[in-house]
Amino acid sequence: MGIQRSLNIENEDILTGIQGFLTAILASQDIDAMLVPKRTSAGHSIMPVLISHPRELNGVDPISPQFPLNAARQVSKLTKKPSGKKIAVLLRPCEIRALIELVKLKQGDLSSLLLISIDCPGAYSNKEWASQCATQDMPDAAEFIEHRLSGRDLPIAKACDACEWPVAALADIQIGFFGMDYRKQLLVLFQTAKGEMLADEMALESVQVPEHRSRQLNEYISNRRSAKAQMFENVRKKTNSLTNLEVYFEACVNCYNCRVACPVCYCRECVFNTDVFDHDSYQYLVWARRNGSIKLPCDTLFFHLTRLVHMSLSCVGCGQCTNACPNDIPVSDLFRMVGEDTQAAFDYEAGFDPDQALPLSEFKENEFLDVAGV
Amino acid sequence: MAEFNPIIIAFVCNWCTYTAADLAGTSRIGYPENVRLIRVMCTGMVDPQYIIKAFLEGADMVLVSGCHPGDCHYINGNYKARRRIKLLHAILPTIGIERDRLKLTWIGASDGIQFARTMQELVVQAKGMGPGSGRPEIMT
Repeated sequence: MGIQRSLNIENEDILTGIQGFLTAILASQDIDAMLVPKRTSAGHSIMPVLISHPRELNGVDPISPQFPLNAARQVSKLTKKPSGKKIAVLLRPCEIRALIELVKLKQGDLSSLLLISIDCPGAYSNKEWASQCATQDMPDAAEFIEHRLSGRDLPIAKACDACEWPVAALADIQIGFFGMDYRKQLLVLFQTAKGEMLADEMALESVQVPEHRSRQLNEYISNRRSAKAQMFENVRKKTNSLTNLEVYFEACVNCYNCRVACPVCYCRECVFNTDVFDHDSYQYLVWARRNGSIKLPCDTLFFHLTRLVHMSLSCVGCGQCTNACPNDIPVSDLFRMVGEDTQAAFDYEAGFDPDQALPLSEFKENEFLDVAGV
Repeated sequence: MAEFNPIIIAFVCNWCTYTAADLAGTSRIGYPENVRLIRVMCTGMVDPQYIIKAFLEGADMVLVSGCHPGDCHYINGNYKARRRIKLLHAILPTIGIERDRLKLTWIGASDGIQFARTMQELVVQAKGMGPGSGRPEIMT
């Protein structure tokens, strides 16, 4: 299944090794440009950068624990209309899954893309990253991977801690450190026909996938699953009634950052930005009189519940909603949990099978017969 | 203590369930006044937002009712409604709104008696469940 190669790392410098590999990909006739996470010039942030010249690959960093945004939305911008160019994109597994959802929503296209991913060690929240950067030297890539694999206590974002998908099954090329002596060698899996076509151009040695890889992956995933179970148990208790849900979102100021950060919040214009929610001044007074008072801004729960209805079926659990919240509301804990429930109801898994239709985009005469009835 | 009088918001389609309600009326078959009908052209246009809003505003039960499968005036609006209700059934219980508070029924245009019976049955059930959690303290 697929072609397996090894990528040798010199001087334990994983990022330079990856950079060399990406340079070779960019040099291929088939690739015109490449979207990669790259350190900003000041070095304090890692942002998606579209690169057409190999020298710009300097500073590429897909492993450091910073994940400021889900780049699926950026890939959507690059592919929603045909450009005639081939673009390689280096994404985290959850970014690829979000992209698959956007493709199903006709807001992106895979045909012009080469999907590259790296085993994902998770990331810190933006705030945690900023405060750590300010006070200490950040671990380099190899150290960070080592810390993650050894289960060391790190301030990993809750969404990443509870993420059981560290490997992108749908990537054309997957770069792996699980099960490898990653200071010396990374695994490169050419997983699809598109990936395999490039395998021979890359001067890499053939290698067997070490048995240790699946063992280490399974252990890692099982830890993530327990973290997820714990997270769901906590959030379930905190959101099991409208009153509790109000408390959960009490710090919400209706900034809608979670909606902006969400890669799969797909509406071109959000209903909460339309006249529907531009209430008459008089209306507020009517509401206040009916209940004795009304909290302003209002429609807070209405907003979050609407978002759950709209995007929970496509939620990939990337955690960017929580990351974007200025008041530290654990938005993604709830959305991930509800997303699992709604996706299970339709036997659907967001971001996996590009051919599986979105649950609300198809319907049949004889289905879900138990839904109707008194 | 006064008897609990549930509020049931019913989104009914123009072609089937609303017509059935009309038939119940013209046939002088009574049904409980707890039910507030909102006529829509098709159950397929009932945005889940309408249902959420009804619950947040204090509805004790929400009913969506339209044409039987195969009978939709717009061919497939009721199938879309069914998937949306299915989706809401997966979300609402998590936040404390029991599955039984959101109902979907098919009541055809000629089912006036069936309409009245269904409304009576829903009121009995809503009374059994007690007030919904979104019910505001109404100031008078």
